[in-house]
Amino acid sequence: MQYAHRRSLGALLVLLLCTASSLFAQDTFKTETSSGVANIRIAVPDFKQLAADPQAANFKHVFDTTLFNDLTNAAIFDIVSKSLLPQSVPGGPSEISVAQWAAAPTSAAMVAFGAFNLQGDKLVINGFLFDAKNTQFPQVLAKQYTDAASEDAARQIAHRFADEIIFRLSGGSQGIAESKIYYVKIGGGNKEIWAMDYDGANQHAVTHLGTISLSPRISPDNTRVAFSSLGRDGFQIRMFSLVLNRMVNFPAVGGTNLSPTWNPNGHEIAFSSSRSGDPEIWAADANGSGSRRITSFRGPDVSPVFNPRTGAQLAWISGRTGLPQLYIMDADGSAVQRLTDTGYATSPSWSPNGQFITFAWDRKYGPGAPGGQDIYVIEVAPGPGGAHRWIQLTHDGGRCDFPSWSPDGRHIVYANSPDGRAEHTRIMTVLADGTQKHELTGAGADMPNWSWK
Amino acid sequence: MSAIQIKIRKALLLAATAVAIGAVTGCHKKDSGIDTSALAPAPAASAAAPTASITADPLAIDQGQSVVLNWRTQNATSVTIDGIGPVNNNGTQTVTPTNSTNFHLTAKGDGGSTEANVRVTVRVPVAPTAPSSNISETDMGSEAAFHQNVQDIFFDYDSYDVRPDAASSVSQAASYLTSHPAIKVVIGGYCDDRGSAEYNLALGENRANAARTALVNAGVPASRLRVISYGKEKQFCTEENESCWQQNRRAQFSLDR
Repeated sequence: MQYAHRRSLGALLVLLLCTASSLFAQDTFKTETSSGVANIRIAVPDFKQLAADPQAANFKHVFDTTLFNDLTNAAIFDIVSKSLLPQSVPGGPSEISVAQWAAAPTSAAMVAFGAFNLQGDKLVINGFLFDAKNTQFPQVLAKQYTDAASEDAARQIAHRFADEIIFRLSGGSQGIAESKIYYVKIGGGNKEIWAMDYDGANQHAVTHLGTISLSPRISPDNTRVAFSSLGRDGFQIRMFSLVLNRMVNFPAVGGTNLSPTWNPNGHEIAFSSSRSGDPEIWAADANGSGSRRITSFRGPDVSPVFNPRTGAQLAWISGRTGLPQLYIMDADGSAVQRLTDTGYATSPSWSPNGQFITFAWDRKYGPGAPGGQDIYVIEVAPGPGGAHRWIQLTHDGGRCDFPSWSPDGRHIVYANSPDGRAEHTRIMTVLADGTQKHELTGAGADMPNWSWK
Repeated sequence: MSAIQIKIRKALLLAATAVAIGAVTGCHKKDSGIDTSALAPAPAASAAAPTASITADPLAIDQGQSVVLNWRTQNATSVTIDGIGPVNNNGTQTVTPTNSTNFHLTAKGDGGSTEANVRVTVRVPVAPTAPSSNISETDMGSEAAFHQNVQDIFFDYDSYDVRPDAASSVSQAASYLTSHPAIKVVIGGYCDDRGSAEYNLALGENRANAARTALVNAGVPASRLRVISYGKEKQFCTEENESCWQQNRRAQFSLDR
């Protein structure tokens, strides 16, 4: 049912894209999401419950739901509808007959199954991935997980198992089920830094500073969050250690300092600083020392982001010619190129493979112009004729901003306010080809930043 | 911290203005409440519409002081005051509000209902300043005089150039600051809520810096001027229209205490 629905949706999208591409010659390149082989058909039966404990049933439900959603969200599978699965619930290799799963109507190429047990206060979960077409040696993956019994542990184990499956079946790209999203929580006149799992679960506060904190950026090794926070002398770069669970020192300098970004090497950050009067892009060591200026051109320069594949280039937003536009340059400030030619462009995020930049763009910005601010993806390398090709991911859904790429390059998280009011902003995800949008938070969440792994 | 102070100062200033206006119109209301149509019998046999008036004495107090509320109603069957509850039709009561408060009286009668308001302004204590002579090294001047003479500068959209129409307010501000050398100023840069938060913080910084440069060029020492960009994080006006956006696109001057 769901499958058929998705198929018809897909057909509709193809139709739409064809129509769109005839209208806009721009909409021609493919993001990773839409490239590659046909999706693998995988069956994901609920795990077999070994303990009779009713609490175990609750944990197992969380586990089953999370695993199913993770594999769905990965967007590389056709998941077999649960109504088409065989009646038997296999808990281990001896309890499964793969031929039954390969046959119609299941017609699965892969089966992810296992056993869920609660032993004392510990969860013991055995997970298997079997190739249904290989009757002789079907086992692709066998994993055992043990953790203290809790709903959160059940969820995290499902994420880990999902990432193992995705890694095996996606041609080696890492899954994102264990990744986190850092964001700004709006409440009570303040803005604090919060974090959640990639699927919107486990939303929790990171900072409690009682002021306005913006632009969280997680370090490549997941140990620190750099952000910008309003103090007596304006906005300054601040640093929170997730290892020590407290703020760590980052020296304050003059002027407004905001929008940090991490070099993929983890040793350097770049940010916008107006210590010299005009907001320019500066870089510094991760502890704040050794700061050096990269841009020097009159007009606001903000929102730098490193090319995560090389660390050798920066994309950023500059108002040097009037309305803010998207630029790229080498990390030493040379080889400046402008990518957008019109409108109001903000908030770039570079794709993990370095080929694309997603950003927010209002192509018809101006007094009286009814332009909408939407999420776009632009190709870094110039297309035929020298223009940079782009596609638009969001349409008519209200104000969108702060796109951030997932580590697998397939998803983009962004902030959306349906009516344009700041307090109604929430966090959404979308596939990098513009399909499968869904909400991760309710109103009051802004500026998402997806972790590097 | 300073941003909150700015807000309080702004609120106080607005409240003071409101009281000043209220003092003029308020007297008139009280007179009419006592001697005109209110006392005359209702024109028809049907129930007369209630009338109500409320006054406070004094209208402005320091934090911790009391104020006497005095209200009169006609043709009312039930009278309530928000925050106090049901009260007699006519009466007085002493209250000690901690914040500036609107006392809102509702009188309901057979002929309908009517309302009356009085605003009591509570002065929040500020850090004491040294006793002042007319012009001295330590005279910070009054908050009101500061805002009267040092007025906010407004900007065009996505622009941080000081407009020609701001020249007179810049020179007025510069001469006031020159005659009050003890005053230090925080210049806050603000933007309307369109566009991106990060870009607007940079734009606000440029706006505040442009205002600072204008004052420095007019002879105010740069050491007395501190710049903070608030971008679109502290909106003065939250409606989605051009007049509101214009109010937000400004460099705002505040006393740097």
